[in-house]
Amino acid sequence: MAERQPTGTRIRERRQERGLRQAELAQSVGISPSYLNLIEHGHRRIGGKLLADIARALDLDPVALGEGPDGGRVQALRVAAAGAVEPLRPAPELARAQELADRFPGWAALLARQGARIEVLERRVAELAGRLTHDHDLAQALHQVISGVTAIRAASDILAENPDLDRDWQGRFLQNIRTDSETLAEASRALVRFLEAPERATAASRSPQEEAERWLDARDHHLPEVEVGGWPSGLPDGPAGSAVLAWSRRYAADAARLPLEPFAAAAREAGYDPAILARALDEPFARVLRRLASMPGGEGWPAMGLVICDSSGTVTHLRAFDGLDLPRSGGCPLWPLHEAFAQPGRAVRAFAALPGQGAPRLICHAVAVPREEPDPDMPPLMEGTMLVMSAPPGPSVGDRLVGPTCRICPRQACPARREPSILG
Amino acid sequence: MGRRLLLIEDEPNIIEALSFILTRDGWTVHTHADGATAAARVKSGAPEVVVLDAMLPGRSGFDILRDLRADPATAQVPVLMLTARGQDKDRDLALRLGATQYMTKPFANAEVVAEVRRLAGG
Repeated sequence: MAERQPTGTRIRERRQERGLRQAELAQSVGISPSYLNLIEHGHRRIGGKLLADIARALDLDPVALGEGPDGGRVQALRVAAAGAVEPLRPAPELARAQELADRFPGWAALLARQGARIEVLERRVAELAGRLTHDHDLAQALHQVISGVTAIRAASDILAENPDLDRDWQGRFLQNIRTDSETLAEASRALVRFLEAPERATAASRSPQEEAERWLDARDHHLPEVEVGGWPSGLPDGPAGSAVLAWSRRYAADAARLPLEPFAAAAREAGYDPAILARALDEPFARVLRRLASMPGGEGWPAMGLVICDSSGTVTHLRAFDGLDLPRSGGCPLWPLHEAFAQPGRAVRAFAALPGQGAPRLICHAVAVPREEPDPDMPPLMEGTMLVMSAPPGPSVGDRLVGPTCRICPRQACPARREPSILG
Repeated sequence: MGRRLLLIEDEPNIIEALSFILTRDGWTVHTHADGATAAARVKSGAPEVVVLDAMLPGRSGFDILRDLRADPATAQVPVLMLTARGQDKDRDLALRLGATQYMTKPFANAEVVAEVRRLAGG
């Protein structure tokens, strides 16, 4: 790609110098603005008549507009400069880009990388905006929600306004309300899944932590090599690989204290109750929670999710589980995970009910403990750990009425609400 | 025999509720759920008022409205458009295409009844 960029970038620079909009230049040479955009970003190579036409429209020598001798670094600097949203004062000294690259290669590389990153993110934003406008699944889910609400409102109006309604009609409208509310619950959940949709994120927009978790997801969070004292193979590249290694070190320490076979047997015997296990094995509760979530499963072993966060509430590790709708930050503060920080060291056991009929209900075991050994010169770095498993449908008195983020949570009267919901 | 109203809508429970309240208001309610054949049904049934959902299988309510206004036989029939979309551009589109009135879902039953009465001239 790199050798394709110069022409496009020069076109973009020159067009901006002359105060032309993409649409104007595109029209003057008989191509669409979107095609010109591809050319300017180096995604289409051009030559011949179109190159000559664009050069003429920009009052440039076609030869000068063609591929030049600049090295990749210089070109990347030009791309970064061209990506500026507003005209910069003073403007980047494009003529001295080579000098910058030669004298300060580190800074030049940083600028170039930031420029490339901004382009990736801009594309991602455009993609997301397009998705919201045109996505079929979203349109379908919204249509279902509106239709469901409309039908429920119409039927409940009839019941409220016609107290003399005969029993047959009453029964029919009550039944309609029931079926519509079921549809509505499913549509709302589809909507929430869509709005969160971490699986749709492209690699470019995922953090190393998320990349590492995807890697672990693919292995069901069980690392056989680490169980026997080795290190995992096939690590992801870059910072995500480091994140997997950091997790593996922790995993290895847990596995050394709680070896697989005896721990699995003890867990079965304890009915997968981490409190019983921690007491029986005389091991820290948080370690038991992590260890339960790293077992290979098997006959009768319940599915488990795990979430770890720091004291700011930022999620630092996640083993996904249906209903465990916790964003990286800014999630619902009512999860027992956060409650655990109120009494460090105390094991919390609570049921968490998600909003909506048929929504998951989870049994949660959580604890918050210092992450490191105490340091008299530092405040303790606390860490919360929560293990979740499916619970029978509820809700029941005492359930923590949790939700996704406030923006998409239907619990309007929630005392923990920080901002209004888009759901009304 | 009350005055004829054609309800073009594809959600069964909305059809049932609207049919119920409009029938109680004295209308003879006919229903039609398929967008593709809706305009022909308006022409053959000659209803006094049409209640038209914007999102239908086969053909959108906006396209149906365009067809109705293009045909002299149905150009004048009052149409109350129901839509799930709240944006101004959809309202503008519906009115530009000749909807007599426009209502956003979810609506209150009383509003629909009042609007239908108004479209039929009281």
